[in-house]
Amino acid sequence: MKNPLLSPIAGLGSFVLNTTPALGRITIYMYHAFLWFFRPPLRTKLFFEQMVFMGNKSLFIVLLTSSFTGAVFAYQIYLGFTAFSVDSFVGPIVAIAVCKELAPVLCGLVVAGRCGAAMAAEIGSMKVTEQVDALEVMGVNAIQYLAVPKIFATVVTMPMLAAIYMLVANTGSWLIGTQLLGIDEAIYFSKISDFMNLRMVLEGLIKAGVFGYLIAIIGTYQGFAVKGGAEGVGKGTNMAVVWGMIIVLVVDFFLTAILAKLL
Amino acid sequence: MEYKEENYTIEFNHVTKTFGSHTVLDGLDFKIHEGKITTLLGFSGAGKSTILKHILGIYHPTDGHVTVLGQELIKMSEKDVRKFRTNFGMSFQYSALFDSMTNFENVAFPLREFTKLREEEINAKVLSLMEQVGLEEHAFFKLPSEISGGMRKRVGLARALALEPKIMLYDEPTTGLDPITTHMVDNLIRSTHENNAHIPMTSVIISHDIAATLRISDYIAFLEKGRVVEHSTVEDFKKSENPIIQRFLELSK
Repeated sequence: MKNPLLSPIAGLGSFVLNTTPALGRITIYMYHAFLWFFRPPLRTKLFFEQMVFMGNKSLFIVLLTSSFTGAVFAYQIYLGFTAFSVDSFVGPIVAIAVCKELAPVLCGLVVAGRCGAAMAAEIGSMKVTEQVDALEVMGVNAIQYLAVPKIFATVVTMPMLAAIYMLVANTGSWLIGTQLLGIDEAIYFSKISDFMNLRMVLEGLIKAGVFGYLIAIIGTYQGFAVKGGAEGVGKGTNMAVVWGMIIVLVVDFFLTAILAKLL
Repeated sequence: MEYKEENYTIEFNHVTKTFGSHTVLDGLDFKIHEGKITTLLGFSGAGKSTILKHILGIYHPTDGHVTVLGQELIKMSEKDVRKFRTNFGMSFQYSALFDSMTNFENVAFPLREFTKLREEEINAKVLSLMEQVGLEEHAFFKLPSEISGGMRKRVGLARALALEPKIMLYDEPTTGLDPITTHMVDNLIRSTHENNAHIPMTSVIISHDIAATLRISDYIAFLEKGRVVEHSTVEDFKKSENPIIQRFLELSK
């Protein structure tokens, strides 16, 4: 008979025992993937194909979310700040929030949902149909051929998407703030230049690159970890999305603290 | 070329392989003749696929030695093992063609990866391979998903032959195929072997299909509980007094 006092402890123990080997495996995978970054042959064609793929998958959603986020954020801040006659701060607040947090985090969530899932599904289905084995038997390293171009492309593309996000969100904010809500354009921009600096943009871009690396690592790892048939591919895809999103949100906190010291 | 019977391409010396407490290969002693077709027969779980993975260097023995083309893969670096694998060609159970590439690109893949041939030379080589395996012209530039299972087998075989391997491995080559296509694949394996006798090519087949095995093999090895209980020419295999082999032979009639 189960002891009701012990079962939460047993549950915690079971969670730790299940999670620790998985963390170990993903750490080893990260190490191998990192090593294969620098070993020839460099697969530039695959790298550019992956960049195009990521752009196609993510750009429209990034444009949509960024334009509306900037606009809504500006409107909400205006509604709050106008009561205290500090509505001229709409511009810098939106700009700082977008550049330091919203652009990398929301791009990360979009890319985890669109591209992390696609990576896991592609590699997972190749795994269950023995295509990954075929590569290995031919002497081609599957991590180098399948994962490294995806990881590298995500690391490069994510800051680009974040930069686009920053630009579009700030344009949305400017449109709402100055054209609709009547904030003086000169004040809007002078306040931004008073409070914003390039380090804030750099912080957002670095975060985006780190998130890109982690999302691609999780997506490709889940693909290689697929077992069984179609059900396994579905599970792997789901895990890639869930863990990709969780990791973006959790790592964001620690990365913010680290970058605050470094930059 | 005449092959001496004492020439062996692959040797298993007292090989034991365990996974946890489960022993899959149990002191296996077994040699595969150079330039011949050897088929591994046996029940599911007898260790056939484990043998194939040892040959490829994917698994290493818990105890004993596996020698392939005179070399022990366990003693090689990962880089050397990958290079060594260009000596192998493998035909997978369900062909394992890259589904994002056309059939032509699938066959060209190993040539692009491992040779410095110019694109025109690759094109000529791929067309010759596709002709060798009897692939119809209309299938050349289609995706694997657009052709039949039998055609996919042919493409898989052409890809496996691209680097002129010394060892061809076939993992259940006729599973899931209709009897006519099965017969076609059997003939293809035999003709591939004979057409590449100049290399000389050693073929190892894993199969459950005893009728096909008797038709195309030079040697048959029968596995039971991680050991080879019979390893002989087809004629001697038919005369085996082992009751399990007799049962296998009866069921195939």
